[in-house]
Amino acid sequence: MIKRIFSTLAIILALSSMSVAQGFLGKSEVHGSFEVDGMYYHADDELGITEEDINGQTFGFNGFADIIYTLDNFSAGFRYEAYLPPIAGFERSLEGQGFPYLWASYTTDKFSFTIGNFYEQFGNGLTLRTYQEWTLGYDNSLNGARVTFEPVKGLLFKGVYGTQRYFWSKWEKNGRGIVKGIDGEINLNDVFSGMSDSKFRLILGGSAVSKYQSDQSLKYKMPTNVASFAGRFNMGIGKFNFSSEYAYKINDPSAINKYIYKPGDAFIFSGSYSTKGLGIYAQFKRIDNMSFKSDEAVTSNALDINFLPPLIEAHTYMLAAMYPYATQPNGEMGFQFEVTYKVPKKSKLGGKYGMGITVNYSQMNSIVKEIPNDTVAYVGQPGTMGWKSDFFKFGDEIYNRDLTIEVNKKFSRKFKSIFKYIYQEYNIDVMQGHTGDPNIKANIGIIDMTYKITSKKSIRWELQGLWTKEDKGDWAAALIEYTVSPHWFITIADQYNYGNKHAYERIHYYTGSFGYTLKTTRFALTYGRQREGVVCVGGVCRQVPASSGFYVTISSSF
Amino acid sequence: MKKIIILSLALLMGGMLAAQETKQGNKLPSVNIKTLEGETFNIQNIDNDGNPILISFWALWCKPCKKELDAYNDNYEDWQEETGVKIYAVSIDDARSTAKVLPFVNGKSWEFDVLLDPNGDLKRALSVNMIPHTFILDGEGNIVYQHTSYYEGLEDEIFELVEKVAAGEDISGKH
Repeated sequence: MIKRIFSTLAIILALSSMSVAQGFLGKSEVHGSFEVDGMYYHADDELGITEEDINGQTFGFNGFADIIYTLDNFSAGFRYEAYLPPIAGFERSLEGQGFPYLWASYTTDKFSFTIGNFYEQFGNGLTLRTYQEWTLGYDNSLNGARVTFEPVKGLLFKGVYGTQRYFWSKWEKNGRGIVKGIDGEINLNDVFSGMSDSKFRLILGGSAVSKYQSDQSLKYKMPTNVASFAGRFNMGIGKFNFSSEYAYKINDPSAINKYIYKPGDAFIFSGSYSTKGLGIYAQFKRIDNMSFKSDEAVTSNALDINFLPPLIEAHTYMLAAMYPYATQPNGEMGFQFEVTYKVPKKSKLGGKYGMGITVNYSQMNSIVKEIPNDTVAYVGQPGTMGWKSDFFKFGDEIYNRDLTIEVNKKFSRKFKSIFKYIYQEYNIDVMQGHTGDPNIKANIGIIDMTYKITSKKSIRWELQGLWTKEDKGDWAAALIEYTVSPHWFITIADQYNYGNKHAYERIHYYTGSFGYTLKTTRFALTYGRQREGVVCVGGVCRQVPASSGFYVTISSSF
Repeated sequence: MKKIIILSLALLMGGMLAAQETKQGNKLPSVNIKTLEGETFNIQNIDNDGNPILISFWALWCKPCKKELDAYNDNYEDWQEETGVKIYAVSIDDARSTAKVLPFVNGKSWEFDVLLDPNGDLKRALSVNMIPHTFILDGEGNIVYQHTSYYEGLEDEIFELVEKVAAGEDISGKH
């Protein structure tokens, strides 16, 4: 195995060196990227991590190298990945190394053809989305073939066929399913010359995706072919824009929906009004039994065929991201409303540079579920139709509520600041399985200020507070960051759970980091404590355990 | 065994750093992306009449990206007058927030073109790992410079490079 790794890495090195010799190869190009994330853990009494807990697993290593080779219309590439072992919080099944991504593609004006692994999204992803998210350890690429065809400008057809990646497991005949899909999109303004100058813009699209999986169940009669259909539009009239998609999936009993035979559907509708200095946005979303995986038995973050976009505002500030939202595929319903406004320059409130204000309110509730007929004993009973749900009724349970008000203002050439107030209500029972716990209601305040010392040196500091009666109680956080453009940064941060009802849990989660960037290469080293939590990207989440130690990350593109 | 991997990757990194100094320009790949209004077009079709082009990857959730774009926006008028540069800001926001980008960009009064790459197709094809990631293209569409991360004041350096590109200088070997 050592030889294999070494020789494949030598190949990668050789290929990357080819980029130096590009002149000799004429029109061919080689480029790529790589990232290496390493963690070194040690015991930490205050965090309750003992040497026994660590059990010799002092090291975590996630790395990849991705290469693309292009020659005129032809391109090919691969990605090498290694998790030796995966960093704590990533799926254990990722342990190992290999080439999970290997492809070749031929593209012309009207048509493209790809074999191997590929990523694709139909519309908003309600029927099909294959993508990779390195920070989550998520990759559901399709391995097979993909064709796209654009007969005239404004008309685009796509077809896909293949099996999905499942960590390092090779596809077997009676294992996970086979996915097939087609998608068509028409831009009426491009296709109909009479409309090309119209103020009214309309794009229509539709997709159909089906999976085939043999019936391996001893308990239930499983449908071997499950189909999903969606229709969408994107309409613009002057300053208004409306887009919507509706997806329907036939019966798909699985471990996620506890083997009910109810069909599923999902509906998204967004509208916006924008003009210079003002943007208004509103969205309504409803999901009912729309988990769609290519293996009915899997419950982990893998093998999803579709993507159910979450609606709640995503946060990145330390304390604001403590209670992130996870999409509920079996049923959720909500809306979001956001206004972004720029108070003009030279006005009383705006000052010399103007002032930005953003207000966002989002809320997700459960859907109403009732027994569909007399043969069903309780809602969600396995082997039955599960439930029936009134499309227009909001369920009583609040899953998440978020009100965010942000003001950002530049006071002078040297000094600018962001002020943020957030109110969150988070259903920790449903989101994280803390059965019986009440919803967390938290007020969060954030101040983020930047002072430019010279044209290249700058210092930024943050003060944050989270105040709640539930869960772990109140938190305070502070951060100072010093940067020297274009290369250096150094940061010290601390999150302190001062309000915890247990004195032994009032812990400081401190970290110190520094980093160096040279063009596209970035190196960063962090030492300190990672608080236990959840990392979510696009509503897909992974748990992060508490840990203490070093974390290094090196990333580069060439 | 782990030592061998780390060593090989260090060699790899060294090789790539060395490669960066003498790299010839790559061209933009043939990838379909969308405008803010949802219209599909191929990134190879962007053109700026022989003037430089700046492509910057960002997302609504990326604070340093928004800072970088604010800095470019503050200077855009001057930069355009002096060099004719055109900025394309490519958002990699997924379906969760793709529809939000249009009202956000207008609410911010950003003057440059914003494009949507909801499934990361262009990001992947250009080997972008972390954002912000910014590319400078010369008048012939060759990628002559790229960087990742944003620190306050970086826009001054970026503008110096754009000026050089507009004047026809070769910056591919420079820091």
